[in-house]
Amino acid sequence: MATVKVFGLPLTNTARVMVCLEEVGAEYEVVNMDFLAMEHKSPEHLARNVTTDSVSGSPCSRLAKGILGQIPAFQDGDVVLFESRAICKYVLRKYKSAEADLLREGDLKDAAMVDVWTEVEAHTYHTAISPIVYECLLKPTMLSIPTNDKVVEESLKKLKKVLDVYEARLANHKYLAGDFVSFADLNHFPYTFAFMATPHASLFDSYPNVKAWWERLMARPSMSKLGADMAAAVKAA
Amino acid sequence: MAAVKVYGWAVSPYVSRALLALEEAGVDYELIPMNRGSGDHRTPDHLARNPFGQVPVLEDGDLTLFESRAIARHVFRKHKPELLGSGSLDRSAAVDVWQEVEAQQLHPAAGAVVVECVFAPFLGRARDQAAVDANVEKLRNVLRVYEARLAAHRYLAGDFLSAADLSHFPILHYFMGTEYAGVVLEGHPHVKAWWEDLAARPAARKVAEFMPLGGAAKKQQE
Repeated sequence: MATVKVFGLPLTNTARVMVCLEEVGAEYEVVNMDFLAMEHKSPEHLARNVTTDSVSGSPCSRLAKGILGQIPAFQDGDVVLFESRAICKYVLRKYKSAEADLLREGDLKDAAMVDVWTEVEAHTYHTAISPIVYECLLKPTMLSIPTNDKVVEESLKKLKKVLDVYEARLANHKYLAGDFVSFADLNHFPYTFAFMATPHASLFDSYPNVKAWWERLMARPSMSKLGADMAAAVKAA
Repeated sequence: MAAVKVYGWAVSPYVSRALLALEEAGVDYELIPMNRGSGDHRTPDHLARNPFGQVPVLEDGDLTLFESRAIARHVFRKHKPELLGSGSLDRSAAVDVWQEVEAQQLHPAAGAVVVECVFAPFLGRARDQAAVDANVEKLRNVLRVYEARLAAHRYLAGDFLSAADLSHFPILHYFMGTEYAGVVLEGHPHVKAWWEDLAARPAARKVAEFMPLGGAAKKQQE
């Protein structure tokens, strides 16, 4: 049985963690949390959203209430973590190999570029694309609430400006941080994959470098496998 | 001439985050001032440095970086890796978790209050009190978690100062200059102690001079 557990639904931020686990070839188990049944706010789950006592290595018994009863949560032996990007970095560091060095922390310049484009995804790309995913996919499919077209329109405007920058970046580099695939690229997987299931997917056709980059990513075994898992999870919801 | 240059207006909490990292690391740097009102961030020269037209930008030798948290990480990785918990899986994970909490939970709430209370006049608009009230409420929820964490540990990542603690300084410095400072200080003795410790650091005091509308400097003006 895998010692590595990811608590969440194989969607969005949980999928962010899963793609990293797939890339490094780690064995792991997904413990499905039913977001809609609010399982992630249960006392058991809240206890998992705790911080690690870094001295003894054992989870401290503090409950993180309220906002930190979120998914995903992660457990690897005694280590318990939350916040998907922090979990990802831990995974990529721990299971790093010659074939899978996605943080490049051994090289100052490469590591810095990975950090830059990871931040761009978190603060710029994500804020433009996620409202479209939420409005066009999650709201109607999982919550039975109609799409707010105004939000979608404003977000598409923002996203186009972001994609203008990505198009130029990817004209000179095969991947975002340079000529090597990295954590920065992987971070784009969950929400971009979901975006491709919305009626606005064809937007990427206007950005040939971005489209080619996306297709390169989706051809990776980690992403084609998870893509199938995510599609199934949305169908089952 | 310093090998390291930072471009931007230091009054920005993002620029100050980069400057704080350099000050903590004891790195010689030159601040190249830019003027937001003149649109310096939209010139072709600046867009060549940061295609998103934002500040700060750091030039370190032949490396040009943007995004303040990435800049800070680079500075620490190069000069003070212990502040990232480098070399320890547990420590680096703890630093990363609390950097994410800052970025995803604390900053959106505290930052929104700061924008409305401190910067709205400079942006030519009135304060959105509803936004302030909603974000003060969010911040209260977040601070409950911080209080619990800091009751168990001296610093956010554990028993060692890290990039996670330092990342909080600029936005909280501004927050402490608003009438809502009590939201942080009252009822959270451990957060208060942690904050006062952070703000007393020589590097933080130096960077606070760039942000006169925040914290203790503002109180002195009253």
